[in-house]
Amino acid sequence: MVRLFAVGWLFHLKSLTQSLFFVLISVIQPIIFASIAFFMFESGSRAGTLLYVALGAGLMGIWSSTLFGSGGAIQWQRWQGTLEVLIASPAPFLLVLLPLTLATASVGLYSIVMTLVWGRIFFGVPLDFEHPLQLAVALPATIGSLGLLGLVLASTFVLYRNANAFANLLEYPIWLITGLLVPLSLLPGWVTPISWLLAPTWGIRAVRDAALTAGGSAWPEIGMCVLLGAAYLVIGSFCLRNFERLARSRATLSLT
Amino acid sequence: MTAATRVFFVGGLISYRALFNWIRPGLYITTMLGSPLFQILFFTYLGRYTASQSDDFFIVGNSVQVAAMSAIYGMTMGIANERQYGTLSPLLATPANRPALFLGRALPFVANGLFVSTFGFVISWLLLDFSPEPSDLPALAFVVLVTTCSCTALGMVIGSIGLRARDVFFAANLVYFLMLLVCGVNIDIDELPGWLAAISHVVPLTHGIEAARDVVAGETLGDVAGLVAIEALIGATYAAAAYGLFRLFEAEGRRRASLETF
Repeated sequence: MVRLFAVGWLFHLKSLTQSLFFVLISVIQPIIFASIAFFMFESGSRAGTLLYVALGAGLMGIWSSTLFGSGGAIQWQRWQGTLEVLIASPAPFLLVLLPLTLATASVGLYSIVMTLVWGRIFFGVPLDFEHPLQLAVALPATIGSLGLLGLVLASTFVLYRNANAFANLLEYPIWLITGLLVPLSLLPGWVTPISWLLAPTWGIRAVRDAALTAGGSAWPEIGMCVLLGAAYLVIGSFCLRNFERLARSRATLSLT
Repeated sequence: MTAATRVFFVGGLISYRALFNWIRPGLYITTMLGSPLFQILFFTYLGRYTASQSDDFFIVGNSVQVAAMSAIYGMTMGIANERQYGTLSPLLATPANRPALFLGRALPFVANGLFVSTFGFVISWLLLDFSPEPSDLPALAFVVLVTTCSCTALGMVIGSIGLRARDVFFAANLVYFLMLLVCGVNIDIDELPGWLAAISHVVPLTHGIEAARDVVAGETLGDVAGLVAIEALIGATYAAAAYGLFRLFEAEGRRRASLETF
């Protein structure tokens, strides 16, 4: 099982890295959005650090790659004609799909690296992290929780014929309501409880606390990422089992 | 109705229905209306947080720019999908008037872009207290129309390149995102580095957005006539370049028997 997971994750990571579309959304798009935000912060009167922007734009890239990669994961297998083979294999489908959704979130790591490097070179963003150890834990915890959220997306978007269009719809709202660049205090009050259910909210808080807050601690937010990740795993595996059962009984596995 | 007129109107409409991948209601609402709505909200709230410009700056910039979704992606699909779907060879084997065939495809996407942009302004009025003077609306509509046409011309260039290139949707995505950075949608052109500002002056959208902001601020159509004229001129230049590329790739494709090869 460990080998299946590791090989699957590595395979999908390599495969996604070679996709021009994923290069666009995990490398180029975050750089463009980070640049826009850098210019806006520089010309605005808001006091703050550009590192705040670089980290937020990086997490925006992680969300985009998770959303588009995981949201369409099962559909892609259908289009490629590999879904039946994967379902028919002796390994649980969960263990086949999970490495893919985690890989889509892992590709987002490029986003963080690129926005930090871009910010450092072109905008002079200081890369002085307050708690490097906490940051080293916060990043994989965030990516893991987003990958598990991706599992929920993969197992529910399959019910929607035009999953990619639905993914288009969800990109900006999640950027907005999880506080990646705009503080939640600026948004209507009803947004805050919704944001608590979304891993990017806790991920960005963990990463920012670790990187920017001198006296702070990122451990509670890291804990929330782990907790939410576990909840997503339960929901995702339940939805996936249901999908598999229905698709087998109705003979709709390969229908696109 | 002459053959060329029929090709222009009827052919354009049929190609729109056949090649525009997002025309089904589910896709159209999520992609063409939902995504622009949240784009406008995202940048307006980000603008409020950074306190870099007024709400109107972001609302007008993004409401005009979202027309580019139809203009860039739609127009790219409207031309490049002929090759993708294997209908390019039969199409080019017909004796149809080429300018009518090519330009007729743009009309539905211009109308669509206008609709999406109008939706952006209306939703901003409903959710973000955007309230231009009613007397400014005809001038604003004209500026948006000209800007949508010039963006569609840029989409035509990308679509024409799609008759040759392998992955033209990468270019379409890249151009759409770069517009957000380069064309003064969310950043005042004066704040951009010199080389980026120089690029912004030769691409569609920049002058149109500036004119739209001036109109919303109370200037008349006459006051912004210069900006509108430049936007129209840029659009005409891109349209001419797109048609040139279309004919070039048609000729090259015939000569090398590579019309539908990837």
